[in-house]
Formats: sequence, structure tokens, C-alpha cells
Amino acid sequence: MSSLKEHILKIVPEAEVSEGEVPVVNVSPGAFRTLAIHLREDAGLQFDYLVCMTGMDFGENLGVYYRFRSTVLRQELTVRVETVNREQPELMTVADLWATAELNEREVFDFFGIRFINHPDMRRLFLRNDWVGHPLRKDYDPALNDVRLHSDETLDTAPVLEVTEEGVVEEKENVVFGDSEYVVNIGPQHPATHGVLRFRVSLEGEMVKKVDVNCGYIHRGIEKMCESMTYPQTLALTDRLDYLSAHQNRHALCRCIEQAMGLEVPERAQYIRTIMDELTRVASHLLFWSTFCMDLGALTAFFYGFRDREKILNLLEETCGGRLIMNYNVIGGVMADIHPRFVEGVKEFIRYLPGAMKEYHEIFTGNVIARQRMRGIGVLSRDKAVSFGVTGPSGRASGWACDVRKLKPYAVYDKVAFDEVLREDGDVFGRYMVRLDEITQSLRILEQLIDNIPAGPYSVKTKPVVKLPEGSYFTSVEASRGEFGVLIESRGEKNPYRLKFRSPGLPLVSVVDTLATGNKIADLIAIGGSLDYVVPDIDR
Amino acid sequence: MKYEDFKDNEYLEQLRASGTNVIVGRLDDLINWGRSNSVWPLTFATSCCGIEFMAVGAARYDFARFGFEVTRASPRQADVIIVAGTIVHKMAPVLRRLYDQMAEPKYVIAMGGCAISGGPFRNSYHVVQGVNTILPVDVYVPGCPPRPEALLYGMMQLQRKIKVQKFLGEVNRKEKKADK
Repeated sequence: MSSLKEHILKIVPEAEVSEGEVPVVNVSPGAFRTLAIHLREDAGLQFDYLVCMTGMDFGENLGVYYRFRSTVLRQELTVRVETVNREQPELMTVADLWATAELNEREVFDFFGIRFINHPDMRRLFLRNDWVGHPLRKDYDPALNDVRLHSDETLDTAPVLEVTEEGVVEEKENVVFGDSEYVVNIGPQHPATHGVLRFRVSLEGEMVKKVDVNCGYIHRGIEKMCESMTYPQTLALTDRLDYLSAHQNRHALCRCIEQAMGLEVPERAQYIRTIMDELTRVASHLLFWSTFCMDLGALTAFFYGFRDREKILNLLEETCGGRLIMNYNVIGGVMADIHPRFVEGVKEFIRYLPGAMKEYHEIFTGNVIARQRMRGIGVLSRDKAVSFGVTGPSGRASGWACDVRKLKPYAVYDKVAFDEVLREDGDVFGRYMVRLDEITQSLRILEQLIDNIPAGPYSVKTKPVVKLPEGSYFTSVEASRGEFGVLIESRGEKNPYRLKFRSPGLPLVSVVDTLATGNKIADLIAIGGSLDYVVPDIDR
Repeated sequence: MKYEDFKDNEYLEQLRASGTNVIVGRLDDLINWGRSNSVWPLTFATSCCGIEFMAVGAARYDFARFGFEVTRASPRQADVIIVAGTIVHKMAPVLRRLYDQMAEPKYVIAMGGCAISGGPFRNSYHVVQGVNTILPVDVYVPGCPPRPEALLYGMMQLQRKIKVQKFLGEVNRKEKKADK
């Protein structure tokens, strides 16, 4: 670890590097760009994956936390950059080094007003173009913006900041769609966008030339709300982010708080959490299968998938009391013990599903038309997947071993044997098959755990008001759609100073443009369906 | 919940208690019988409630039993808009436009806490405090998310409401243009 510190100090001598499991580098905005290039390129660093980019209002200044991971050397690093002032906060872009930064920097601009120099597109990402102020700043006044019922103006040009050779920053405009381009609007109300996502697609005949993603139609401001809630209260909102990974999301936040508190979770709770996570994953992938097949025209699949998903919902409902939003994990364990019939029910389900899976493959996977619509469409290379931060089944279909359950085992994932499903094709078919194969692996995990749930308490008692020691904490888990991370910046209060969710969904939509360009417009639906994003998870 | 408890909104039927013209009234009943059993919803869902809406459409709860199964992707062909999920500031004009595009007679169901009042996101800077601030709501279905049975019950309440309406000379008339 100290060699990493030496290496960084050689590049930027004035930087402050803290020791720890994940070193934090404090660097000035002037030196940040140089450091970033070295982090990306140097053989001893090779930080090719930008996990999470968190905008911050430090009080006096604004700034950003960058969390990097090297997929080659398996090391992590956090870089902390503060802007020079609040009035004109500007930082250099890293969107050319890590593709995922492009949308993330727009998010930071939207929330905090930090403008990124040389970024190709500095429009707002989530909020309306006529929105006043930047909501996640501590001095934001909510009275500035009321509900407006006139349509939001769609911009065809994007403001950019460019630095000239003399080092002067100039404001310019980039053209998103030219006057001669044929632009089709898809969404926000469209059944195939899986929620309220909006695409603007430039077409050349039937071929897609460019896709411009418009998010924010379900941006609920969860991160800002969390800042005025106590830690146990914030838990309730995680279930509603990606409601198909409700357990995993809540697991991530609970784990982050528990780690910060130094709380040991009982063995029994760890087992129950793992089982619930896997049941949720199976339910989510079943829903993916149903809706994806429906998008491609196979309506029968929708009924088959939902029929089997209901069996899981029954199990979850008996134990947790909820069908979709479970509110089951709490700080220190789980809310209640498992239902007496739970173990038997899960075993029955494990016996049942393989037969149904065979049916799925017969009805859709082997279908000639389905194969033609999936094979070779929307190919994502491994390098692109890493650069865009496309994790989860979509990343693994491109051959990137990004499973957090394997990389950094949490709960009881180190005690079970399962395969990380990897494929090399990276196309729609690959992403489809990875998910179906993951259902089989999840069943394998369930099989090993369900008979061995240890006796003991299912939760440790915690106080209703929890205070975390000062500092910044980051934890991630493998949600159904990829790596779900939680960053808590604590100032020792009973509520978080800043809570950031690293959603797996945002990288998934950022890659749509790359995948769909050059394909037919009908393939856009197949590509979007195969990425399986959940829109409230993108918008948060 | 006992079956008797479901029969709450008794006043609905009382709206017709004063009596109507026999011929027109009977014709109304016939038309309303048809209308109330073929309520086509718009495929519109913003968040979690949308998944429960889909579950109601699937085999287990099967709202085809009530004639709701023809979900339409276009507001021009839909009779009811089920606002399933949070409505945020950016979505509000879009929702309003979708509602305006629907043909009369049209109905609105607010499904879930978010659509009713903002729900758990009431304190957010970007969430509309209930869709009744931008649309006239006919039925509220509480829950976070409401169970499929709750949504079915809500839609049955809408059927009752449709059945007591006067169709001829009232809801079949063209909507007055709103003052802009």
C-alpha cells in the first residue's frame, strides 16, 4: 500500500495521502488532471474503473470524491478535490479518461453547479432546464422552484467550457442535434422504456445515428432528503430506488452504517440476508425475462415469468410482510425472524424452478426469430464496459468479472460455492443468457444455505438514534443490476452530512448511445431491454 | 376485512335516488354497463407501483376478469389513467398533457402514497404533493405500494362511479376548453 502512496507523491508532490485500507488523496484542482491521467495510464496504478463520483458541498467550498478501482491490480483509491471557490466552481473533466464520468459530471453540475472544463455537454441531467439553483448545495432554497405545468424546453445545443491554448476558459456551444437531422422522440411515456426514460434518437432512414438520453422524469431527490433524516429513517428510501433489488439496496446501506458503527451482525441475520438477496435476484431476473420477451413480442413469456415470480413474492410476504417494498433489513440484523414455513417454501421453490427454466428456454431462447433479434446486436466490448462502469449481468456478459460477491465477499457469500457467470459475446443474447444462468447459480446458493441457517438472535438491539463517527464510508453490494454502492459522509451527527447512492442504472443508460448507434431503431428496444435498467434507480 | 366493510361509499348510488327519465335512464344504464366493464387503462407507470400494476395484469390477479386488460400505449384510446408512482416536477407537464390528450369521458386513479400526497417523498424538492394538484382524481388507492387486491378494489369503485353517471347529455358531451 505504501508503494501506491510513493507513486502518487512522485506524480503530485504536494498531495496529501492518508493511510488506510483505501487511501484518500487530497489534491488541488490544478494538479488533479495530471494525477488523473497518471492514475489511468501508469503501469503501477491502472485505475481503469471509476466506481463512484460524488459531488460534495464541504461547507466552505464545493468538491468531488472520485473512487477508483483497478480491475487488473485489484486496488482502490479515493481522490478528494475541492474547488477554489463557491461562486465560480470549476474542475477539469475526466470524461475522456473514464466514459462513465460523462453523465456523472453532468449530475454533479446539476446538483452542485460545479462546471467541468472541456466536458462536451454541460446541460443539466435530471432537473428542468429552467430550474433555479442547485438543490444539493447546503444553501439551496426550495421555495425557488414551484411546480410548472408548461413543457420543458428541449435544448438542441449544449453549453461547454473550453480551455484555450493560452489557458483561458471560454464558454462555447456544442450542437447535440443539427438542423438537418431527423430526430425521433421516444418517451418519457413509452411502454418499452421500462418507466419514464426519454430518448431522443437521430435517424438515417432506419439506422440510429445518435441517442441522447434525457433522465430526471422520476428524480425524487432521495439523496437530499436523507440529509435531514436519522440513519434508521434513511433505510426506508433505499427500497424504493431500484424496487426490484429492494433487499440488496437496503443491505448495502445497513452494511455501510454497521461498518461505520463497528457493529457485529449475528450469524443468523447474515444467512437470512443472503437468502433474501438471492431470492430478490431470482425475482428480478424473472421479471427481466418477462418484460424483455414482451418487448420482443413474446407476450406469453410475460405470464409465465410473473406466475413464477409470484411464488417468490409469497415467500417474501410471509416473512417480511411486503410484496415489493419489504423494509426487512435493519441496522444490526433483520426486522423479524423468518416465518416457520419459510424454509420449506424455499426448498419447494428450488425444486420447482429448474423445470420452469427448461420451459423458458424452449419457449423463447431457442426461437429462431428471437435469436436473430438478439445475436450480434449491441455488442459491448470489455474495455468499454469497464470504462462506462457497466457492472452486473450486463458487464459480465462482456467478460468483465465484476461480481462484488466474488471480489469482496460480504454476508456469507464466502461460505458458499457458486460460479460467476461470464460470457465473451457481449451482445443482447449474452446479456440475456447471463441473467438466466444467474438464476441457476442463485438457486445453488439458496440450496446450500437454506438448511444451515444457524440458531441465535436475528438482530442486535440498537438505539433508535444512531450517531456515526466522523468520516467518509463506502460500501457496495451486488444488486440485481450491478454494483450498488453507498457513500456516507458523516460529521458525527445523527443524520448523514451527505449520502450518495452509486446506482448501477446510470452507467447502463449511458452506454445506450454506444450500443444503439449503427443499429436499426427496432434494435434499440432489444438493447434497452437487455440492459434491464430500472428508471427510479437511475434518477434516484 | 369482512365483505360488508367493502360496501362503504353508499352515497354513490344515492346520487341517482332522485330518479331519472325512464327511457333515457334505462339507456344510460345499458351504456354504462358496457362502459364500466371495458375500462381501458393507459400504460403509464413511473415507479414501484407500476410493477404491482403489471402484477395485476398478470395471470394471478388477472384484471381481465373486469374488462381492464386492454392496456393502451396511446392516451387517445384510453379511458382511465392509473397514476402509478411518484410524479415529480419534470413529469408534471407530461402527465397533464397525457391527461389532456385522452378522450372524454376519462377517469383518473391515484395509485399509491406518492400519487396521493407525495408519500414518503413529500419533503423532497422535486416531488409533486399529490396528483390532485394537477388532475381531477376519481379514486384514491392508498398503499406503498398498494396490494393488487387494493388496486382491483379501487377499480371496482370506479366501475360503480361510472354506473351512476348520466351518460347521455352529460359525460358524452364535449369537454369545455380550459381557460389558458
